[in-house]
Amino acid sequence: MTGHNWTRASVNWFKYSSPQTFFPLAAKLVPWFGAAAALLCVAGLYIGFFVAPTDAQQGEAYRIIFIHVPAAWMSMFIYVVMAFWAGAGLVFNTRLSGMMASALAPSGALMTFIALWTGALWGKPTWGTWWVWDARLTSELILLFLYFGFMALQAAIDNPRRADKAGAVLALTGVVNIPIIYFSVQWWNTLHQGASVSLKSAPSMAATMFAGMIVMALGFWMYSIAAALLRVRCIILEREHRSDWVAQHMGTLK
Amino acid sequence: MNWASWNDFFAMGGYALYVWGSYGVTLGLMITEIVLLILRKRSILEHLGRIRGSTRGTR
Repeated sequence: MTGHNWTRASVNWFKYSSPQTFFPLAAKLVPWFGAAAALLCVAGLYIGFFVAPTDAQQGEAYRIIFIHVPAAWMSMFIYVVMAFWAGAGLVFNTRLSGMMASALAPSGALMTFIALWTGALWGKPTWGTWWVWDARLTSELILLFLYFGFMALQAAIDNPRRADKAGAVLALTGVVNIPIIYFSVQWWNTLHQGASVSLKSAPSMAATMFAGMIVMALGFWMYSIAAALLRVRCIILEREHRSDWVAQHMGTLK
Repeated sequence: MNWASWNDFFAMGGYALYVWGSYGVTLGLMITEIVLLILRKRSILEHLGRIRGSTRGTR
């Protein structure tokens, strides 16, 4: 595996806040999150296609929710985590925080796109239209543009530390959109249906449908962590390639 | 069991285009993301190896 003899120290979690020590740790974590993602998605797909019954109203088209809902949840969750790291970078001025935020943005944008794409493919047979300018759909589209804006802004600024700061301001401002997406189906009279799952009441669907959705959501979560860790390793190398630790350990880096 | 046969399964009750269009694109994008990340790291390491080779002689 990766040479990590330079990380030998007493147990101190703060040491992992430096890119140099996080780099080998991330490499060790990726296979675990990747394997968890694969297992959970296989289990979730099995439940979704073979255990969960056909929906009485929507027929088999409803089976899209087993990726639509997890992707939509992750699109919002990743944004909050991204904004958290961006904010932490502003407050504590730590290098790794900004790298984490940058690593999360493309995965968040991917989840947002999947939520919109699968939503369109579900909407066509169910509502009779691919798209409507409804509050839920529009605010989710704005989320996609927030991710794109964050990435474009960072790409436009040469100095990574300044790019992190500018990105953080954008990311933190955009957080206001998250509750708008989440509560849009309550605040406005939307074509999009209300939440099928809430913390206050039992899910308004068959237990096996609910189970399939939750297992797939966990799988998507693990997948997102694995992808973000792979990406943060690339970003660490790109930003720190002039530093001594990269030069000294080039031979052992994988 | 929901399906009488594999054909029945792939037909998705007449919604094959929508269901498989959703799952296919999602799977394709996820695999693409991971492959691109693996290629990105490989190219960074190759690039760093070349810089190192040119500035410090042979490794």
